[in-house]
Amino acid sequence: MPVEDVMKEFKEKFRGKILQWQEKSPKRYYITISEKDLLEIVEFIFAEQKARFIIESGIDTPHGIEMLYHFSFDKLNKIITLRAVVPKEKCEIESISILIPGAAWIEREISELLGVKFLNHPDPRRLLLADDWPSGDYPLRHRVKGNK
Amino acid sequence: MKNKTIIPIGPFHPLQEEPEFFELVVEGEKVLDINVHLGYNHRGIEKIAESKTFDQMVFLVERICGICSTSHPIANCNAVEEIAGVEIPERAKYIRSIVGELERLHSHLLWVGLAGHFIGYNTLWMWAWKYREPILELFEAVTGNRNHYAMMKPGGVLRDIKEEDIAPLLKGLDEAEKKIGMVTKAALDDPVLAARLKGVGVLSKEDAIAYGAVGPTARASGVDIDVRRDEPYAAYGLVDWQVITQEGGDVLAKAVVRLLECFESMKIIRQCLEKLRTVKGEIAVKIKEIPPGEGIGHHEAPRGETFHYVRSDGSNSPVRLKVRAPTYVNLPTCKVTVPGQSVADATLILASIDPCYCCTERIITINKKTGQRELKGEDLLRLCRKKTEKIRRKLEKPNG
Repeated sequence: MPVEDVMKEFKEKFRGKILQWQEKSPKRYYITISEKDLLEIVEFIFAEQKARFIIESGIDTPHGIEMLYHFSFDKLNKIITLRAVVPKEKCEIESISILIPGAAWIEREISELLGVKFLNHPDPRRLLLADDWPSGDYPLRHRVKGNK
Repeated sequence: MKNKTIIPIGPFHPLQEEPEFFELVVEGEKVLDINVHLGYNHRGIEKIAESKTFDQMVFLVERICGICSTSHPIANCNAVEEIAGVEIPERAKYIRSIVGELERLHSHLLWVGLAGHFIGYNTLWMWAWKYREPILELFEAVTGNRNHYAMMKPGGVLRDIKEEDIAPLLKGLDEAEKKIGMVTKAALDDPVLAARLKGVGVLSKEDAIAYGAVGPTARASGVDIDVRRDEPYAAYGLVDWQVITQEGGDVLAKAVVRLLECFESMKIIRQCLEKLRTVKGEIAVKIKEIPPGEGIGHHEAPRGETFHYVRSDGSNSPVRLKVRAPTYVNLPTCKVTVPGQSVADATLILASIDPCYCCTERIITINKKTGQRELKGEDLLRLCRKKTEKIRRKLEKPNG
């Protein structure tokens, strides 16, 4: 399927669920969505459209933790990045490991480095940090003065 | 009730050069389950990157790995160049591909040697490493270093390849090709090797996709992906070469993919070197500032796709660097490939994805006036003995 068709189908299927559609270059698409629609959209991209899961990551921003999910359409030379912002007060998002077993490690990593809780994660143990690392201290969060 | 036993491999184990902890749950000789514990090598590079400038970041990511040490800089530069919106000069593209492919050559030979060593076939190990040595010498000729080449920078490369160096490099490559051809033939025609590796640790195509496996691990399972072809960067779109895939998914298929890829790499290097004779000009463009934005860069490292995501806020330093090394997605496939196999095969399967091992060290001092090596093997031995003697004396007299 040519990429225009994939993108068209995507846009039509999730009309109203796409908060922002950015085409930074013909190779890079950034799509902002709400975190509650994540599983449905990931299922469409990964299971139906057969995109390859590259990785997910998180960034600490002033308006919340920004979650990025990178998928690659290798044959079409496109990388699609789904973006969902999780508020820091309620730092929770559905785990996509149920759909993609390859996401299990990175979600464990993000939960300990950025403090995002992944709901329904099959194996929510620590991955990288030592067992005696203090809970509630997330190394990849930016430290603000007075906020230790 | 059946008796289950846990065999720990690691975190520090003679079989591993790097600390990692595998827990094999076994019943007799059969492995039932495997657990991997990471974190013994976690250095917080993503966090450190936030305090570096974009130029320094390239040197930082080069230190992530000692074996595929140019993969991370290439991926990182691709990401930063995407933010800045610059295209690197054509000559720099060829040089990037030459360094990238030389790295694949030495890394694949290293793996073939390690795989031979793991199954007790030490002749293969010594051969592969013996013929890897001239590749490292080619590296030294091109970059000045055998490892950690420091060749990449956002906007191009740091060193040029001189016209007069091209002929000797091509000659070195021809000689290396003969030897690697010999090793490949010997390995692939060996019935003992085939019997030992065939059908061991099969990774199905579905599992490879589900785990997002990349590189030779995925290509040996029939997943036809290669960033060099799918999203051509550097000079990969300008030269002629093939992506190698196999259908078996077992350790043998992974070995075949790696061995045959060596010849494609040599094809690429040869074409790039020839092109350098005619394509002249700058080797880097100047990037004055990195605007706010985000960029993705990836590179097909010897082990698979290395992925970098960089975000900039317009200052000198990145706000976030996300690095995804190929082993990160290849290693979890052991959850499906190891259970059901014997303990002896488990270590081989774990090694078959080529987890990153770091090594290569040496010392030579040269007398500037005479050009002679000052330290020879005997001298090093003498120095080592002296040091040991010193340590021993200190131990004998702790307060002395």
